[in-house]
Amino acid sequence: MASLDYTRPLTASGNLRRRRVVDRLMRGAATAAALAAVVILGLMVFAIAQRGGSQLSVAFLTQNPPEQLYAAGGGIANAIIGSALMVALATIIALPIGVLIAIYLTEFATARAAGPIRLALDLLYGMPTIVIAIFILGLLVVGHGQTGFYASLALAIIMLPLIARTTGESLALVPKELRDASHALGISRWRTTVGITIPSALGGIVTGTILAVARVAGETAPMLLLASVFDNTKTSFNIFGQALPNIPYEIFNLAESGGTVNVAKAWGAAFVLVVFVLIANFVARALHHRSTRMMTGR
Amino acid sequence: MLLGLAAGASILAVAIIGLIIYEIVNSASPAISKYGLGFFGHQTWNNYTVFGAATLIFGTVVTSAGALLIAAPLGIAIGLYLSLFSARRTAAIIGPLVEMLAAVPSVIIGLWGIIVLGPFLRSTIEPWLHDALGFIPLFGTPSATGSGVFTAIIVLGIMALPIIAAITRDLFLTVPSELKDGALALGATRWEMVRGVVLSSMRPGIASACILGVSRALGEAIAALQVIGSVFQISSNLFAPGNTLGATIAIQANADNSKLQVASLFYLALVLLAIELLVNLAAQAIVRHYRVPSASGPTIVAAGAPN
Amino acid sequence: MSNKTQTRSPYSVMDEPHSEIDAATAPVVAPLAIEVADSKDETPPSREVVFDLRDVSVYYGQALAVAGVSLEIHRNQITAMIGPSGCGKTTILRSLNRMNDSVSSFRLTGSCTYHGNDLYASGVDAVEVRRRIGMVFQRPNPFPKSIYDNIGWAPRILGMRDNLDERVEKALRGAALWDEVKDRLKTSALGLSGGQQQRLCIARSIAIEPDVLLLDEPCSALDPISTASIEDLMQDLKNDYTLVIVTHNMQQAARVAERTAFFSLDVSGGQRKGILVEYDDTATIFTRPADKRTEDYVTGRFG
Repeated sequence: MASLDYTRPLTASGNLRRRRVVDRLMRGAATAAALAAVVILGLMVFAIAQRGGSQLSVAFLTQNPPEQLYAAGGGIANAIIGSALMVALATIIALPIGVLIAIYLTEFATARAAGPIRLALDLLYGMPTIVIAIFILGLLVVGHGQTGFYASLALAIIMLPLIARTTGESLALVPKELRDASHALGISRWRTTVGITIPSALGGIVTGTILAVARVAGETAPMLLLASVFDNTKTSFNIFGQALPNIPYEIFNLAESGGTVNVAKAWGAAFVLVVFVLIANFVARALHHRSTRMMTGR
Repeated sequence: MLLGLAAGASILAVAIIGLIIYEIVNSASPAISKYGLGFFGHQTWNNYTVFGAATLIFGTVVTSAGALLIAAPLGIAIGLYLSLFSARRTAAIIGPLVEMLAAVPSVIIGLWGIIVLGPFLRSTIEPWLHDALGFIPLFGTPSATGSGVFTAIIVLGIMALPIIAAITRDLFLTVPSELKDGALALGATRWEMVRGVVLSSMRPGIASACILGVSRALGEAIAALQVIGSVFQISSNLFAPGNTLGATIAIQANADNSKLQVASLFYLALVLLAIELLVNLAAQAIVRHYRVPSASGPTIVAAGAPN
Repeated sequence: MSNKTQTRSPYSVMDEPHSEIDAATAPVVAPLAIEVADSKDETPPSREVVFDLRDVSVYYGQALAVAGVSLEIHRNQITAMIGPSGCGKTTILRSLNRMNDSVSSFRLTGSCTYHGNDLYASGVDAVEVRRRIGMVFQRPNPFPKSIYDNIGWAPRILGMRDNLDERVEKALRGAALWDEVKDRLKTSALGLSGGQQQRLCIARSIAIEPDVLLLDEPCSALDPISTASIEDLMQDLKNDYTLVIVTHNMQQAARVAERTAFFSLDVSGGQRKGILVEYDDTATIFTRPADKRTEDYVTGRFG
């Protein structure tokens, strides 16, 4: 083996030049891929802002749709209210159950008991929302008709694994010493959990809930199956009695019905929904950073 | 008392899965007993009397495979960029933006797909591909409306992309810096380090990330419905309209249909459920078998960076 | 360049070494008898200079980490860098093969040349630098590949594919590992013991025929027997390579190195920074150090 001349200049030479080209190409490709994703997001946001932003007015947010489907004017007030009600009810159902599951998994469950529960949560997490929607349809709607409550149930099932997972993650961050200290003071296990562990993990629970809300606020498949038959000129609060107008179905329906006026309104409703989702994600992210920094000291 | 409540809630989660499976099988049973396995080979979907899933399974598989073909290389590349190539500050900006793409509701991506993307593909990309590669049957006559399998592939690819990117990024961030330093100290370029030490040791995790990404595409009903054209056919032409399992359920499932149609839709849901369960269990099995860092869905993760 | 090499005088330090001297890795039992490396070639005649550092300072962002280091490192010798934690030994070591490049806030001033070539000149390719100047790390870091592929990986990507089997064998023999692994070359390197893994990492480095080996506390994660075998190996390696070793373990420096650089922390001016206190033949550093701080450190009076 010929010994190399170590004193020659340290610039790239020989096959290193070719390797450098490959290196640059691959890193350039990775950078281009990241930029492509950002550009796609940018194009989408631009389209929504340009086409939807122009629809935005006080009337759009405070009025109900006009009597005629293709008529100009009106707004999405009833859809905003309906979505808010259904998402709120779904949260009321899913939040305690999700938190309880997380508590059971981190505080009580043996490895054997935790296995099937984690598996169930993972499967629920990966379950297509259309499958959850048709499940509720078959279980409750067939023979009885749609209600906002049924749609809320579907949304709650979608929220459940999201809330349980983020809550579990933040419960796991609560230092063991904190619990031990509480136990050492003779405080019972459930008092420790309620008084020490849950408050410490509150940031994570709130973050997970906000994310889950942002996620289901845009869920369309359950709405199509469970909350799509209603009088769209009226505002309804009767969540247990009838299907409620809602933003995702409004966007879907306006876009499908075609026509310049309706498509423009669809963009307007999309704008409202995206702004809500992005703000919610931003808040969740900020809270997440704050609470992990508090918990880990980083 | 707390223990009881917590255990009860956990049992409920397991029960929901069981109930979903039971309800779907039960509601599908009229169609199962009428069509049996012939359901999967039958191409006709007549809204009143005859129901077969062949075109829908074909459409679902083709759109998801196409979406994966686009999203996997791009997503892994983005994962690499965010974890190993970019500066910490750049990753802290671009990472959340990529995650934001995952947060856009599917109905809005679908809206963008029909109004903005579809017409662009129809007028620009499809004719160009047809002219250049028209001898391959895949690239046939461009679509008339911008709706079709090709548009669905792009839209579903965009939806799978941020999932694969976020999971692989988190995965690559777990590569110990000692390993990376070890490769660099041997006179490897950064890419050689990535190929030799990162990608090669992370293959199971990458596979499971891709599976979870394609799982999103398989199960997506709304965006696919909006852009695919809803035609029950099997065409070699990617630009032709088609249909998927989820899209058909989404548009046809309501309580007013004939009993057989409702049952057939539940049969479709059963197929979708079975595919999804298989896919998710496969991803889990890979993770468990190779003991790779858990590749679950994207949660918020502080965008990390190389050092 | 002095020829005060009468050495061999056992030099005892105080019974209780400072905690920096990791007792677990020190095979010598108290009272510590430091045996200074045996410099057989009585007068090292003007050795060829491999590294020449002149007034090198390292900054991380605005913070000065190491200030004004000047030293020469000679060919086919073992040079040790000792000193307390945080005194910049590792920083200087990693500066010698541009391993600090990936730290974005890293900045180096002064002149740092290698065979007369400025390591930090523009146009210098860090990959080319590391190809010539290999590095072995604190914790053994074998790749999750087979033993064979651990050694063969770098030669392959560097284009040294001819006679790869021989190259792998030669590298493993060079690292005194061949006999232990020759029958299981295709098995995972992660199945080796810690000491074997570290020798594998050395074999991996020498497989690409570097000029210099930088060793960053290579024995700090090893047991005394593995440590001894690495130290023996270093004596063999210096015939072919130039070695620079950072160590927390003074005895180790005394046993293996011809030259020793003592770094310390300087807190004057309200700023904590690493400085090079003294650099001389190992024997001198341990028996008749010129600087009081060196003497305090090697006698265990100061960490």
